This record gives sequence, structure tokens and C-alpha cells, in this order.
Amino acid sequence: MEFERRQAPHVRSSASVAAVMQKVLLALAPAAAAHVWYFGPGLLFNVLVALVFCTGAEAAVQKLRGRAAQAALEDYSAVVTAVLLAFALPSLTPWWVTASGSLLAIVVAKQLYGGLGYNVFNPAMAGYVAILVAFPREMALWPAPSMGDIDYIRPTLVQTLWYTLSGQLPADLGFDAISRPTPLDLMKTGLADRQTVAEIRAEPLMGDFGGRGWEWIGNFVAIGGFYLLATRVIRWHIPVGVGIGLLGPATVLYLLDPDSHAGPGFHLFTGATLLCAFFIATDPVSAATSTKGRLLYGIGIGVLTYGIRHWGAYADGIAFAVLFMNMLVPLIDRYTIPHIVGHGRKPASKRAAS
Amino acid sequence: MTAPTYDLGPLHGGLRLEANKDSATVSGLCAMPVPARIVLPLAQHVGDPAEPVIGIGEPVLRGQMIATSTGALSAPVHASTSGRIVALEPWPVARRQGEPGPCIVIESDGEDRAISAAAIDYRELSREALIALLLEGGIVGLGGAAFPTAQKLGQAHTVPIEMLILNGVECEPWISCDDLLMRERASAVVGGAQMLLAALAVERCCIAVESDKPTARQRLADALGAAGDERLTLKPVPTIYPSGAEDQLVGLVTQREVPSGGLPIDSGCLVHNVGTAAAVYDWVQNREPLISRITTVTGPGVKRPMNVVTRLGTTVADLVAYTGGYTDRARVLVIGGSMTGRSMSTDRVPIVKASNCVLVLDQTAARGPVLPCIRCGECASVCPIRLLPQQLYWYASADDEARLRGYGLTDCIECGCCDLVCPSQLALTSTFRFAKGRLHELQDRQARAERARRRFAARGDRLKRDAEQQKRELERQKTRAKTLGKDAITAIMHRKRGKPEDPKR
Repeated sequence: MEFERRQAPHVRSSASVAAVMQKVLLALAPAAAAHVWYFGPGLLFNVLVALVFCTGAEAAVQKLRGRAAQAALEDYSAVVTAVLLAFALPSLTPWWVTASGSLLAIVVAKQLYGGLGYNVFNPAMAGYVAILVAFPREMALWPAPSMGDIDYIRPTLVQTLWYTLSGQLPADLGFDAISRPTPLDLMKTGLADRQTVAEIRAEPLMGDFGGRGWEWIGNFVAIGGFYLLATRVIRWHIPVGVGIGLLGPATVLYLLDPDSHAGPGFHLFTGATLLCAFFIATDPVSAATSTKGRLLYGIGIGVLTYGIRHWGAYADGIAFAVLFMNMLVPLIDRYTIPHIVGHGRKPASKRAAS
Repeated sequence: MTAPTYDLGPLHGGLRLEANKDSATVSGLCAMPVPARIVLPLAQHVGDPAEPVIGIGEPVLRGQMIATSTGALSAPVHASTSGRIVALEPWPVARRQGEPGPCIVIESDGEDRAISAAAIDYRELSREALIALLLEGGIVGLGGAAFPTAQKLGQAHTVPIEMLILNGVECEPWISCDDLLMRERASAVVGGAQMLLAALAVERCCIAVESDKPTARQRLADALGAAGDERLTLKPVPTIYPSGAEDQLVGLVTQREVPSGGLPIDSGCLVHNVGTAAAVYDWVQNREPLISRITTVTGPGVKRPMNVVTRLGTTVADLVAYTGGYTDRARVLVIGGSMTGRSMSTDRVPIVKASNCVLVLDQTAARGPVLPCIRCGECASVCPIRLLPQQLYWYASADDEARLRGYGLTDCIECGCCDLVCPSQLALTSTFRFAKGRLHELQDRQARAERARRRFAARGDRLKRDAEQQKRELERQKTRAKTLGKDAITAIMHRKRGKPEDPKR
């Protein structure tokens, strides 16, 4: 009997890129629910817009490059980029801002570098930074969390949709009525006004750790993150690295001068810290490869984030920190090659065969 | 198969694989009757092929040497039944994945008469004589690599050895021949271990058995108890693939790394398969050379999976027919396990000393759609050598020789772990196998170029030297002529013309 010849190994795993990406999406679900709970349904519209433009751009560029558009969509990587980008945006964002970010993320940051697996920069963060610079006004409009703020007006579903489509609020609804500075903004401007941290933290928006709403979203992000850790989609090195890099300096400076430095609890639970640690920095394509390298990469992101938050011009510096560390990945990879088993000692014998 | 789960035991990386061994172990060992035709390849081992010492038409007896070892690394081949030599011809062989290789074909006479051999007490033999005896018995490593045992024992003379490790780990999925051997012939394994200790003059032997083989471990413990030999100990090792790979097993047992490019003896150990120990026992005690082995016949492509005591030279087709034949799903024939076994083009290949398993797979083993590497690093986390397969893959695609060496491609043991966890379904192992071949080729070419360069330089030097020598000779003659004066020159010229040296004299 004749047989077809194959190369070893003769078994395959069920692992696939699509399964990895689907798990990431699943892990984001609790955080998305919390986000909608605290900041209204805007996130859903942002996700929709980002999905349309990310997948559309992915398919179009794949087609232009003479590749199967469908296969590229089936790996779900563009969907993950879309959702992460939407998570980074204020829940009230006009559609063209989201669309610009999506196109930049997929076309420039991902496909122009060669598509899945070849992008140097994290696509979602590249797109986010581009629109952060291009649309500073739109990107600063965070609605107040639906908690604790007495003079708060929550935009309705229709109002949110209308704003997303037109960029205009209804005549009876001013930005002052619905939007509030983020806790990071509060901290930054407060410190600039020579307030002490304790005074800033007395604001009702500041919550227990990282700001009303934010800290709870952070908890749900962490739940998703632990799910990813448990299913081995991500490893602990990058999240722990980000934690060390951010909380290390935060703790030291807080202990030295608690009046002008926010504590580690604030830094951990506010802004995008947890989202970055578990979902953004862990993007394998643009991260370092070895375990040691990943720890270093995470620490770098954490330290840079703290630096930008505390001394920089932007309230949250995570996107810049991630992009900067993306640039350093080849260097990190080069100097963190793991010890190969059996190296370091010269054999006394020589292999007779082979 | 289900998605593998991982374990960082004392071994870095590795995989917990679905063992798939139960179906072949329920029925115990069966001995297959001698088939009508036996095909014995001359190259059943690592090293030089054996050289036939019989002619076509000659009668042979079971256990008679029909091909002798040649060269420094080789092993003889013995007739596995009595009968007549009918051909010395190319036949599909497993070493070449079903392409033909030189074989001796025996037509069985059905009587299976054995050649007689004098009983031996190995304790009276010197180490050298015992090793020579093992060479004569055609004993090679039965774990799959088929390294001649005598030469392996001989290596131990070069470096001091502390411990003999018997490998009963059998970490590859599907294969269960060693498990069955340890269950049913534990005393032969122990006896063989004592003989190997004598051949090595070593006082410690550790029999390593995987934690998922409780029956085998119990039987071995009983046999050890009966032998009452304190030099032998039993060591359970975790069930993690590839814990049974030679260097990895040394690491598990001794916590020492075998140096890159070195052998287990560099860590003071010598590793033999438990099957090899039993073969040694059969040869030294029962005077039967290596003419049969236990082969696992298994997989979704065979009707009745089982372990069979098979005469070497039985074709896979005969063996599978004996066990009950193929199922309709049979698509891929693998000799060896599912991780490192080699896929055959035909089942006409005979069972040889290295054939531990006949695995017949169905279509489901095919690869999914291949995507670009997403650098997830799963491959690196399961690599038992701590390589970075994703980087190696990248540099292999770019054919970057220096980087491939720097990232340790030559240390890759081709265990297949990285392949199995890759979400992009990349064919990492075969890429590395190919890239290793490329490196060898480049090394070869560089060596050849270097030799040519040296030859050319040597020729230049020689020509220069000759020219200088000529010049020096000319100078010498000139100065000599000057010192001797005109008469001498005339004398020389006369001599050259064949005239008397001095006409005046």
C-alpha cells in the first residue's frame, strides 16, 4: 500500500491566531460592560465605527496587495485593533475621529509595514496617538462617570448617537454639563496649581484609588487580564513589568513627597494602566520576544508612562510609552537572548555521529 | 487532539501530550509468526552499513551473522530466521522513508532453526571482551536512533563516567513498546543493566521510568528486589514530552546540562534504552543476537492496535496484516512516534532494529491555514533547549547563516514542540531541519573553498620558492665561476661537450 509522505511532527494543535484574538475579545467584554455602565453607550458606537473602518481598511489593503481579503479578516486581528482603539477613546467621539484613527492604525501602522506579524508599532496605539495629536479638542471630552457627581447629566442613547454622527450636542446640552476632566487631568492641573495631592483627591471625582468609574473599569479589565493569563494567551512578564515600571517610581516618589506625587494606587487604577498592562503592551507582534526581554519591555513602558504622566505635557502617556518601547524592541531582543541549554561549557568529547 | 497544556518541570518547556497509548497496551505482548520473506537492510544503524558475508542461494540459520560490521561505527546483521538467501537487492527502507536501500532477502524455510552458540558467563570476561561480544551480537540502541551499543560503550573510555541511565521514559505519544517490555520482561532489563555496568565498570545505574507507567515501574521494582543489586535504582520522571530525549533525560536525572555539541558522557552519564538492555541480556545470557524487537502497531489507521514481538526484516505490510489490517481511514504511515517519526511512502519497508512503532494516521493530521508569525512566543516557552524558534524561523526565512548559528539552530533537537503550539500553524520543525541542512551545506562549501584557497596559496608559495631557489643557484654558480677563474669555466664547458677535462694533461 502506498502512503503520502509528511513532515514530522504528525500531529497538529487546535491553536490558531483567530482563537487567540477571540479570547482577547472575550476578555474585554466585562470591561466593556463596565465602561458602558459608567460612561454611557458611547463606547458601543465607537466600537462599531472602528470595526467598520478597521475591517474595511484591512480588506481593502489586502486586496490591493493581491491577497485574500477574507483570510485576513478571519484572523480577527483587525477586530482586536478596532476594539482596543475604541477603548482608548472618550465615549463621546465623533465618527470621523474614530475613523481616522482606525485608518491610520490599519493602513499605516499595520499594513504598510507588511500586515499581521510585521508591524513594528502597536496599531491601536499608533492610531490613537495620531488622532490625539490631530483632534486634541475632541479627545479631551470625557463625560463624567455616572456616580457620585451631583450636577451630572447623562446623555441619552439618542443624544450619544447624534453626537457620534454629527459632532454636535443638542442645543439644551452643553459640554460643561456632561463632561468632566479625567482624574489624570485633575491631578495634573491640580499639581500645576500647587495643590497638594490630598487636596486634589478630596474632589468627588477622584474616588478611592484612580477616580470614580475608572477604578471599577480597571477591576473588570483586570478580570479579563487574569482570564488571558489563565488561558495562556498572555504571559505574566509584560503586565508585571508594566506594574514594576509604573508603581516602582510612583511608590518611591510618593513616600518621599506625598504632597506632590500621586500614590501607586492612583496610578494603577486610573487611566489606561490596567488596559495597557494586560491588553495593549501584551500585543505580541510589537513586543519583545524573550521572557527577560518582555519584562524589560514592560518595565520600560511603566517607567515612561510615569514620566509622561508626572512631568510630560499629556495627562496619560501610555500610548507614547508603548510606541517608544516598540522602537526599542529590536535592541531589547538583541541583548536578551536566553541562555541556550548546553551552552557555556565546552564538551570534552565530540559527537561521533552527526 | 486537544490543545496541549504546559508544565515547567525540571525540564524547560516541553509539552504534556495526549498519550494515546492505552489502545495498544491492553492486549499484552503477542509474538508474530515468522513471515515467508524476510528483508534485512544492511544499514540498520547509525554509521557505516554492514557488509554481506553470505552469497545468494546459501542456507542460513536463525542468529547466523549474514553481514559483518565495517569501519569504526557499524554493527553486524544476523538472519532472523532459518532459510535461504534469495537476493541481495535494493528494497524500500525506513531510513530513506520508503526509497530503496541495499537489503538481504531471506526466504524462510518455516523451521526457524537456530545456530548454536556456546554459553558465556559475562562476569568472567574483561570489559574489552564484553564490548566486543556486544558488537558481535549486532546490538544497537533500540530507542530509535540505533547507535551501535559497543561503540557507545567504547566512548566511555575517553571520559570518566559516574552513572548508567536506562531510558524507560518513552515520552513520544502512541509508542508503548518499552512500557510493554518493562512490564513483561523486567528481569531481562535488570539483567541487561548489570551486564552494561560490567562493560562500563560503573557502579551506579538509574532506570528512569515515566510517572504514567505504574505497572512497568512496579514490575521493575519487583525485578530489582529479586536481583538484590544495590547499584541499580529506579527513578520516576515526570510525563512531559520530550523528557525521554537523551540530553533532556540526563538533565532530569542529574540536573546537569549536556554541553552543546557534546554527549551525555560529558555530564558523566551514559544513556541506554531499556530495550537495548534487554537485547544485551538476550545475547549474552540466551545467546540470541538482535534479530527481533517489540514494535507498537497503532493509530487510527489500524484495526487492532497492539505490541508485537517482530522478527527484524518483517515488512510493515505483513506486520499490519498480522495485527488485523488497516482501517479505511489509513492515510499516513509513520515509523516512530507522532512527534519525530518519519513518514513512509510505502508499507513494503521492513521492520529494522530502530523500528519502535508503526503509526498509521488518518487525514486529520493535516496542517491548518498558515499565517504569518505573530511573535506570541509560545514556541520559545515550550522549547526544551530554550531557543527562540520565532527568531530562528525569521532568520531561516532570510537565510541568515550567522544569526542562525548565533541563535543556536544547531542545538535544535527537532522535538516538534514549537510546531505543535504555533497558532499561525507554521511548519517550524521542518523549516529548521531544512535550515540545518543548509548550514551543513554552507559549512561544506566554505570548507571546500578554504581548502582550494589554501591549495592556491601553497602553489603560489611553491612557485615563489622554486624561483628563488633557481635564482640562488644561479648566483652560487656565478660566484663560484668568479672565484675559480677562466680555466675552470673552460674546463666545465669542455666537460659539457664530452671532451677530456684538460687537453694539455
